Parts: sequence; structure tokens; C-alpha cells
Amino acid sequence: MSDLLQRARRVGAEVAARHASAVDADARFPRESFAALKAEKLLGVMVPAEFGGAGASIPEILSLCHALGQHCASTAMIYAMHQIQVACIVRHGQQSPWHRQLLQRLAGEQLLLASATSEAGVGGDVRSSVCAVEVEGQRLKVSKNATVISYGADADGILVTARRTPDSPASDQVIVAVLKGDYRLEQTSSWDTLGMRGTCSNGYWLHAAGDVAQILPLPYADISAQTMLPTSHLTWSSLWLGIATDAVARARTFVRAEARKKPGSTPPGALRLAESMNLLQHMKSNVVAAARQYEAALGSAERLTALSFAVAMNNLKIGTSQMAVQVVNHALLICGISGYRNDSEFSVGRHLRDAHSAALMVSNDRILANTANLLLVLKDDPGLFP
Amino acid sequence: MTTVADMIRDIFREGSILPVDIATLSDSADLYTAGLTSHATVNLMLSLEEKFDVEFPDRLLRRRTFESIDAIKAAVGELLDQKAAA
Ligand SMILES: Cc1cc2nc3c(=O)[nH]c(=O)nc-3n(C[C@H](O)[C@H](O)[C@H](O)COP(=O)(O)OP(=O)(O)OC[C@H]3O[C@@H](n4cnc5c(N)ncnc54)[C@H](O)[C@@H]3O)c2cc1C
Repeated sequence: MSDLLQRARRVGAEVAARHASAVDADARFPRESFAALKAEKLLGVMVPAEFGGAGASIPEILSLCHALGQHCASTAMIYAMHQIQVACIVRHGQQSPWHRQLLQRLAGEQLLLASATSEAGVGGDVRSSVCAVEVEGQRLKVSKNATVISYGADADGILVTARRTPDSPASDQVIVAVLKGDYRLEQTSSWDTLGMRGTCSNGYWLHAAGDVAQILPLPYADISAQTMLPTSHLTWSSLWLGIATDAVARARTFVRAEARKKPGSTPPGALRLAESMNLLQHMKSNVVAAARQYEAALGSAERLTALSFAVAMNNLKIGTSQMAVQVVNHALLICGISGYRNDSEFSVGRHLRDAHSAALMVSNDRILANTANLLLVLKDDPGLFP
Repeated sequence: MTTVADMIRDIFREGSILPVDIATLSDSADLYTAGLTSHATVNLMLSLEEKFDVEFPDRLLRRRTFESIDAIKAAVGELLDQKAAA
């Protein structure tokens, strides 16, 4: 096991797990988990070694999300969203002196980055913006009515999407990295939700000012296709798999305890447990195959912006988001009332509530509609192995 | 004589592919900056396949293929050459 994974498992088991119920009940930021993740220097792990980071690979990052997801889904989701932002800077910021310095700070100070892509007026269509970057000389200004900025109040910086100029069409977007001190947040909505309560995904009016150098050089369309979309679907899927894995672990303990009470007879839940393992294996295979596909395409803008790649990453998200709920539901049926209780060691209520966010976090219907459109021109791949 | 570029421009005009008039853009202008969305790119591809009686292989189904009239012209030209040689 890698040293990084060992550290993440320790944070998960010793810190995140202990506070997960309180984080969920109070819908509060998992501050203990993030203090521990910072102390273990796990926030800046993806930053390349030349900037002071650990240069962690995508599979390593996914393993960390998966490990955290087994203990506190909110912690894991915040960790995943942060890594998605870091990935954008690592992949697309190295040519820019401002972003190179940010990379050093991400590793050195273990800064936490949030994301403001969703916006009032465009629904969940993150490939359109209403707000625009206004430039005067070397200074920029942007104000965004962001419907959801997870952990906005606890972040050290935010990656904001906006139209390139006030004259640009909605789809011609850039990403601006703004750091604490560059922006002011006016809260417009609170986050009292079914699950993922610790992500504290309030709505805000974000008012930011900064230097034009803070704009990532590549258009957002490319950053989205090459990095943000694949890393989102990969990291999210990994932590959803983590949620499902822990629910199955609880169900397995339940079935074993039953089996021990009546040796010689297979408990009724055993069959459904076998079924859950089958689904879990599907989920895992999906994540691993998609991660390999991403790694193989890394470094090639051509392969990363191919429509077939987008479809594969969309399918990963659709599949794992649905299966996570199915698996947790199986675990609930296996554990019965013990799983339904909030005060039992077999409780999977929080797992189920957290897992239900998966289909909404970029609506599956929206993603399917996008895939449906691409399939009008995409050709069938008759091969088994790529 | 109608050139390939003219025929491509016709598609933009007839299909309302862009939020702006294609006549205001040069052959080398960045179409994404002009508002080309990925959704509209699919409609564009379908119209190109219909008009030129070609099929875009997956290798050409990427963003850069459609970034300008020039880029589209190059891709269509390549497909027409292949068709002629076949
Ligand atoms: C836990 C969590 C954390 C989040 N954190 C952040 C964050 O930090 N930053 C951020 O920017 N965003 C964040 N989001 C927002 C998220 O990424 C989506 O943008 C948001 O969930 C979509 O909101 P919506 O369901 O209202 O909108 P929509 O996507 O508009 O969907 C609303 C409904 O309309 C339907 N619909 C709408 N348009 C279409 C279409 N074209 N095709 C098919 N169906 C359609 C959908 O099926 C759905 O039922 C977060 C979401 C969650 C759940």
C-alpha cells in the first residue's frame, strides 16, 4: 500500500469516521478531517515534485477519495472537489507564472480550493455562463450569482467560470483562480439537504477582483473536456464506491453475526450480500477501466477531447451514481431495521442519503441528453480492448 | 463556382449553428469564441455529412476539427479525397 493511502486511511478511520455523524447532523464543515488532511499534507499531493508536492497520479488520488468515502462522504466529496481544482491548475497552469506560484502555495501551505461553476440563470448547464470577466488594464473584476459553492466559507481560494469578456457568447468561458482576499462572499442560500450535508454547499454572490494573470490561459471548454470533466467523474465515482463499500461492509458484518448465531444454515441476507458484491465489482471495474483510459489519454489533447472519451466518462458517472444507491439499498434490506436505525452499528441511512446526491450532482438526465446528442455522430467501436 | 468553404458557410447560415452571422467571420476565425457549443457541433457534423456525403471517422470527432472554417475545410477535404480514391 502506498504511503499516501496509508495516511488517508488513518485520517479516515481515526478522524473522519469519528466526526461523520456530527458533521451530518449539524450540516457543518468537517474541520477535524481537514485539519488532519492538512497535517498529513494530503491536500497538495497532486502538485508535481518540482513545485513541492508529491506528484500523485490519478489512480493514487482516486484511492484516497475511495478511502475517505468509506468513513465520511462529505469529507471525501470536499477532498475530491478540491483535487479536481488542483488538477486543472496542474494540467493547465504550468505555463503561467501566476499559477506556478499557486502550485507552490498549494503544496507549501496546503490551501483548500473550491469551485464556482453553477450559476443562477443557466441551471446545471455549467458550459454556459451569465457572468463575465471585466478587464481594465491589468486588473480584472467578476461578480457571479453562484447557486452552489461547496465549503465556500472554508476555502482558501475558488476557481470561477465566467464568460471571457462582457461581449462573449455564453459558451466562450474562462476559469479565473481567485484567492482569499481577492473576493467577498454574500450568502444567498443555505444548505439543509437530504445528504452530503457537511459539504456546506451554500449559494453566494461572489464578488472578485484580481490580476488578469489569474485567468487560466486555455479556454474553459478545453479545460473542462480534458481535465475537469474526467477528473470529476473519476473522483466522484471513487468516493461513491467508497460509500457503497462501507455499506456492504456493514451488511457483511450483519450477515456474519447471523451466521454465527445459527451455524450450519446460511442466513437469508447472504444471497443479497452476494448480489451486492456483484454490483460493487461492477462499480469498481468501471472506475478502474475509466481511470486506465484517462491515464492512457493523458498528455494528448487530441485523445482527451475526442467525443468517444467524453461518452466513456459520462457513462462512468451515470453507472456508478446509479449503482451506489442500489448497493446501499441492498445493504439496507440485508440489515433490516438495524440498518434503518440511526443509532446502530449497522446503520446505512447516512450512506443512502449521501449516495442519492450522485445522480443530481450534474443531473444524470442532463448527462444522458449530452451523450444522446454525441451518439448521433459517434461510430461504434467494434473492438473489445482499446 | 461554389467552393467547399462557401458550402460550409451555407450550413452555418441555414442551420443557425452560431449566435452570430457567419458572414462576419473570416475563414480562420475561432468558432468557439464566436459561440459554437458542443451541442451545435453535432448538428454541424450531421449537416456536413449530409451535404458532402461523407462520414466523419471517430478520429476526426474532436473539438479542434471544428474550430474554424479553415479547419473544417481541411477535414472535409481529406474525407472527399479519400472518397475519390476509394
Ligand atoms: C453535494 C453537491 C455539491 C455541489 N457542489 C458544487 C460546487 O461546489 N460548485 C458548483 O458550481 N456546483 C456544485 N454543485 C451543483 C452541481 O454540480 C449541479 O450543477 C447542480 O446539482 C445542478 O442543479 P439542478 O439540479 O438544479 O439543475 P439542472 O441540471 O438544471 O437540473 C434540474 C432538473 O432539470 C432537468 N434538466 C434540466 N436541463 C436538462 C437538459 N438539458 N437535459 C435533461 N434534463 C435536464 C434535470 O433532469 C433535473 O431534473 C453541487 C451539487 C451537489 C449535489
